[in-house]
Amino acid sequence: MSVKLNISIARALLLARWKQTMVAAVGVTFSITMFIALLGFMTGLNILLDSLLMNRTPHVRLYREVRANPNQPVNLSSQYNRHYNFISSVKSGNSREQIYNSATIMQNIRRDDRVLGLAPKITSQVFFNEGNIDITGVVYGIDVEAEIRLFYFNDYVITGNTSDLKNVANTIILGKGLAEKLLADIGDIVQVTNAQGERFRLKVAGYYQSGVQSLDKTQSFASIQTVQKILGKPNNYITDILVKLKDVNQAAAIAGEYANNYETDAEDFKTANAQFETGSSARSVISYAVGITLLIVAGFGIYNILNMMIYDKMDSIAILKATGFSGKDVKLIFMVIALGIGLFGGALGLLFGFLVSLLLDQVPFHSSAAPAVNTYPINYNPVFYFIGAVFSLVTTYFAGFFPARKASKVDPVIIIRGK
Amino acid sequence: MSLPILEAKQICKQFKDPVAINVLNDISFSVNKGEFVSVIGKSGCGKSTLLYILSTMDTDYQGELLIDGERMTGRKDHELASVRNEKIGFVFQFHYLLNEFSVLQNIILPGQKLNKKSLGELENRAMELMKILGIQKLSNKKPNQLSGGEKQRVAIARALINEPHIIMGDEPTGNLDKKNSEIVFDIFNQLSAELGQSLLIVTHDPEFAARTSRIIEMEDGRIIRQ
Ligand SMILES: Nc1ncnc2c1ncn2[C@@H]1O[C@H](COP(=O)(O)OP(=O)(O)O)[C@@H](O)[C@H]1O
Ligand SMILES: [Mg+2]
Repeated sequence: MSVKLNISIARALLLARWKQTMVAAVGVTFSITMFIALLGFMTGLNILLDSLLMNRTPHVRLYREVRANPNQPVNLSSQYNRHYNFISSVKSGNSREQIYNSATIMQNIRRDDRVLGLAPKITSQVFFNEGNIDITGVVYGIDVEAEIRLFYFNDYVITGNTSDLKNVANTIILGKGLAEKLLADIGDIVQVTNAQGERFRLKVAGYYQSGVQSLDKTQSFASIQTVQKILGKPNNYITDILVKLKDVNQAAAIAGEYANNYETDAEDFKTANAQFETGSSARSVISYAVGITLLIVAGFGIYNILNMMIYDKMDSIAILKATGFSGKDVKLIFMVIALGIGLFGGALGLLFGFLVSLLLDQVPFHSSAAPAVNTYPINYNPVFYFIGAVFSLVTTYFAGFFPARKASKVDPVIIIRGK
Repeated sequence: MSLPILEAKQICKQFKDPVAINVLNDISFSVNKGEFVSVIGKSGCGKSTLLYILSTMDTDYQGELLIDGERMTGRKDHELASVRNEKIGFVFQFHYLLNEFSVLQNIILPGQKLNKKSLGELENRAMELMKILGIQKLSNKKPNQLSGGEKQRVAIARALINEPHIIMGDEPTGNLDKKNSEIVFDIFNQLSAELGQSLLIVTHDPEFAARTSRIIEMEDGRIIRQ
């Protein structure tokens, strides 16, 4: 009951000074608005950038590294096994880039419950012939359907038709930059030379744009069968198996397991993209730091205004104490004033933050790295709103705490005698 | 059969600013139920200081204070606050009303704090008191719209809302003109005579004092006559 009375007194004091109250509340509103908008924007961008990478990156990649056999014959010889053997200029010999037994491996991996899907791939170095100039490039042999399903291949083919790759023999999708260099329009024929010097004629079915200039100037895509033909390899020839998992966090463990079971090399996405997590966590840390700094500044604003209010209300505090309100009551009254400002300012801040986010969501944003995105990506994670609400109350609590304590210690005798 | 409402036993107080001076020396007296006591003395003799101690607002003294036979000395802040709330009505020289609240709200605020009566009962009692004090028309005004005499009457109504055991006043008429002083004095007299209200009023107006039932005279921090 006493609490209810104190709250109604706090309310009366707040309303009597509503202009001051507004100034204090606007500080909180502004900082919460900025906090929400900033985090929504930064996280939206983060998620976009992360997904750009994650969409195209296999969680686990199986391949064979061309390398010398670590068990050279001399090590196997019992005659020399108590010696140090120094061998220089070891050659990789007859090791191959091909994954042995690829059909069986793919069948086994497809049956694995933890796997979302896989896409076989062939990497082959070729020359594109433009007049008498040869441009080095890469043709990837891909399983078009798997590539679309797992790696959003469609999103990056800006003109042309991906299904042609599968349905029309000897077709190729060129990187945008490469196509410009070759002056190749859709439907044109480009000439490709393999490492053995054999020439092939391929029809351009579309353009591919990853957003990374250097890649777009060298990459191109054809069906697996086409690339096998270019390389003169049989139809079980595969150089990479790209696996997507249901749970990304298991990538490292599964990569180790597959490397062991299938006697191939295996790389998980974190090893392949070590810089990835650093960038995205640095961006969130910056946004949180800026948001929280804003809130603390607003907290000082509230602190100042409450302090002023207490000097202003010395007489009222003295009266309340003389007529039977204890120090605790007075403290509660000023805490309620502080939290009232926090609650009101914070709630408005959350609302405005949401509105500003909606507004930013409409601002056009075109990036060659993300052809499927047209406006700024905004994240509406309720966690930000929760943190904003909690923080507005916590900062106003601390901003109110010291002035309220000061008010509770006001000695009514000094005030009354002072008149 | 008159019980002491308030007892002061050997109360002493020093101010240590800049050198220790004894402001109150060995003050002992009591106020009985229904008495109308005035305290007089020259300016600076320690009347206000004494009253702040008796009202439990000042706890920094030696000696002993009893209200209703209960020892107040050494009690905690919130205990003293509830004693002030329930048993003491205070009227200051300046009115000290809360400008954020209406006259009616100012009067019932200590009653709401005490929380023994419903809001309706408190409002009824406040209206009754205002009628007795001749300010019933002012109930919805804000204190800053009132004259000095009206404000003091509102303060008296506020002091009476919880039916206190004693009313203390520190020169309640000191800031008023002759006519308003007269009104305030008549009210005190009426409260004393009709309701048996105990009063302890500090004044420097000998005329006022002469009309009370008992006079305590102070000089240099001592009681010289009671
Ligand atoms: N806070 C203080 N510090 C030092 N001396 C004080 C203080 N308050 C009052 N005094 C002194 O105490 C004496 C009594 O003051 P007071 O009780 O106000 O007298 P009265 O009300 O009778 O006029 C005065 O001499 C005054 O100067
Ligand atoms: Mg005085």
